[in-house]
Amino acid sequence: MCLVEVEKSPKPVASCAMPALPGMKIKTNTPVAKKAREGVMEFLLMNHPLDCPICDQGGECDLQDQSMAFGADRGRFTEMKRSVVDKNLGPLVKTVMTRCIQCTRCVRFASEVAGVQDLGMLGRGSGEEIGTYVEKLMTSELSGNVIDICPVGALTSKPFAFKARNWELKGTETIDVTDAVGSNIRVDSRGPEVMRIVPRLNEDINEEWISDKTRFCYDGLKRQRLNDPMIRGTDGRFKAVTWRDALAVVAEVLQQVKPEEITGVAGKLSDAESMMALKDFVNKMGSDKVLCEGNGPSPPADLRSNYLMNTSIAGLEKADVFLLVGTQPRVEAAMVNARIRKTVRATQAKVAYIGPPTDFNYDHEHLGTGPQTLVEIAEGRHPFCSTLQSAKNPVIIAGAGLFDREDQDALFSTIETVAKKFNVVRPDWNGLNVLLLHAAQAAALDLGLVANPTESIKSTKFLYLMGADDVDLDKVPDDAFVVYQGHHGDKAVYRANVILPSSAFSEKEGTYENTEGCTQWTIPAVPTVGDARDDWKILRALSEVAGAQLPYDSLSGVRDRISMVAPNLVHVDEREPCTISSEVKPPVKQQVSSTPFKTVVENFYMTDAITRASKIMAQCSATLLKK
Amino acid sequence: MLPPAARLAARRLLGLATSSASDSAAARRLSRSPISYAAAGCSSRLFSTALNYHLDSPENNPDMPWEFTEANMKKVNEILSHYPSNYKQSGIIPMLDLAQQQHGGWVPVAAMNAIAKIVEVAPIRVYEVATFYTMFNRTKVGKYHLLVCGTTPCMIRGSREIEEALLEHLGVKRNEVTSDGLFSVGEMECMGCCVNAPMIAVADYSKGSEGYTYNYYEDLTPKRVVEIVEMLKRGETPPRGTQHPERKNCGPAGGNTTLHGEPKPPPCRDLDAC
Repeated sequence: MCLVEVEKSPKPVASCAMPALPGMKIKTNTPVAKKAREGVMEFLLMNHPLDCPICDQGGECDLQDQSMAFGADRGRFTEMKRSVVDKNLGPLVKTVMTRCIQCTRCVRFASEVAGVQDLGMLGRGSGEEIGTYVEKLMTSELSGNVIDICPVGALTSKPFAFKARNWELKGTETIDVTDAVGSNIRVDSRGPEVMRIVPRLNEDINEEWISDKTRFCYDGLKRQRLNDPMIRGTDGRFKAVTWRDALAVVAEVLQQVKPEEITGVAGKLSDAESMMALKDFVNKMGSDKVLCEGNGPSPPADLRSNYLMNTSIAGLEKADVFLLVGTQPRVEAAMVNARIRKTVRATQAKVAYIGPPTDFNYDHEHLGTGPQTLVEIAEGRHPFCSTLQSAKNPVIIAGAGLFDREDQDALFSTIETVAKKFNVVRPDWNGLNVLLLHAAQAAALDLGLVANPTESIKSTKFLYLMGADDVDLDKVPDDAFVVYQGHHGDKAVYRANVILPSSAFSEKEGTYENTEGCTQWTIPAVPTVGDARDDWKILRALSEVAGAQLPYDSLSGVRDRISMVAPNLVHVDEREPCTISSEVKPPVKQQVSSTPFKTVVENFYMTDAITRASKIMAQCSATLLKK
Repeated sequence: MLPPAARLAARRLLGLATSSASDSAAARRLSRSPISYAAAGCSSRLFSTALNYHLDSPENNPDMPWEFTEANMKKVNEILSHYPSNYKQSGIIPMLDLAQQQHGGWVPVAAMNAIAKIVEVAPIRVYEVATFYTMFNRTKVGKYHLLVCGTTPCMIRGSREIEEALLEHLGVKRNEVTSDGLFSVGEMECMGCCVNAPMIAVADYSKGSEGYTYNYYEDLTPKRVVEIVEMLKRGETPPRGTQHPERKNCGPAGGNTTLHGEPKPPPCRDLDAC
């Protein structure tokens, strides 16, 4: 379809395959070029079924667009059209293989980007077809992207099948919060319903791909939602009440507990505004026990470089040696993994991994399972040291799972020793990275939500859970009063005394900081469910009822307050590098323990309240994770 | 009288009905021209012996253990030595051929997996090659796989009658194996024997990869081809090449009518004189 006319060339030239030469005169819009394209179009449509009215790609189909420009209004092909048996690629990708025009984009994507060599081009001539030959599901965490790259309706989204036409959808350009990457997405909605999620181009973060979790978690936004404030009665059942009553009850309990018994916990999907409000509120009540889940007993919040991906995601492409410590990027941050894979493929960069055995889709060297290997590298006793020594741009990526370890200070100091020894941090290159797990983590550390979770929760009498579902609820004292503010009836609701419904990321404007320290905003795509409100507004209202009114009434007010605490959080789409070197850190007296590193994300498809509520994600974990 | 377009459509429908009445595997792939083969008693135009996807069966599944015999492993290493170590996949085609000879004329999916392991590529890359080339059989064939050339010169000289005679004599359809497992009939493209058309090629897998032969039988008649099959059945080796009694190789029947004697050297300058 890319045929153009080149002066002095007797035939039309395929522009995609012809290098431009000096003095070449190329004509793209001449009768010759048009006729040539019409000819190609006729061949493409020869075996293509005329099922546009029932095809999900209709309206956003490359072939349809091209045929509007170059297609004839009738075909000359009178033979039988070819038909191809549909393939089963799993719960995410629906196939209608008869529509395939054999462009092999999906084959190339699967083998080059996703790193699963399952798809291939089988047969020859008119019998040619895309398939896996043996019955095989596409078990990649990026498989959903073949839906986008398929130019026709051969590969379409199974959950989205026959749900909506693309011209009925309203697109909202926002970001994803299911992991710490902050992939740029477009939420397509119809009325109050999120119909699908598709990626948005951002070369610095997710390029043009998104993970399956990002793409297909949206049905979780419609299930298990909390839509009314609720109070648990004496019979143990929840009763829907008005906001006024719910807030009054919470405020009353607040008056009865001692200030130091108040604990606030932000969940992994919290935005910076609500965490700011939570911190201000808890502090105003006289307590400093406010934390964000997943940041461990003593969060390394003193220096930003201690918890960010300092190389930046795009910067990983310049690296030539990777040392992954206690992190499984394929499940923790699929887009970062795709970037590492891209680097490995392009430059044969070496990857070494310390941690439990796990899946990689590129060549890697498994050095060991525990911190002992790391110590050996730091002391220069490990054979891998020579590789690190000769590396030009070495990168160390430590997993955020290390935050939960008792010996995290010692571990990070060992990692810094390695970094210093092998010149990982230089004025022109910072290869020392931490890969975070949750969307809220970086902003929480910026804002100083750094209390120790075990101690804060053990002694609490009033626990305020803001979307926090993964706190250890067994540790919560029986007489503690638990307020759960969140959008999903997930784990923590079972322990809650009061439920305050809030809005999900698709329904609110919020600031999120991704793992590389890039601040991004979500934009509301759909209205909130029921009586739910934005998180920070609930806290603002509660503070007023409790008699400790927070000094902001609007989103810009909260952001002004944030700019005083962490100014980088108001500079949207910018990465603010850390300027203070890690040299200023005090010496560590802790000893590295010998406990091996643990797998942090057991189930890639279910990591937070939204994905746990999603039926599609449940299907994925049932079929694709089968061992 | 129907208008021409309607007549064409009616004929097509008829052709479609014939093809769907045959076995379901063949019906999955609609024949490209249903009418032309109705005469030959064959409803589907399948070049290779199988579909473009694999269906598990007791004798062909990925869990089946399969490896090259020791003698063939030597050949495999010989094949690999032809290629640089980072381009081992160049050896896929000769290895598939070897596997086919070893496995009685067809390549099971387990053999493809074994080859993928040897050349260090994903199995799908081997499947792609095996499905592309029609000479790799991915379902069972007979010990003698008879391939009838169906390209234009042979067709004009009566290849369809040859195939019909074979199918009738053996009592099978195309790509089916006789009940004794000895014969199967397939179609193939031009093998360059057009001057002695029609011809068949017989792939003999009865003696494993050591005694494997691939012979052409040319200048056939429906009678002669049945005789050849009978000879093969008795374990004899029919003389390969032309079956015309008076013809030698591809020379004219009854001896040369021209070009008697030594050919005259081309007129050229006298090199000795220089």
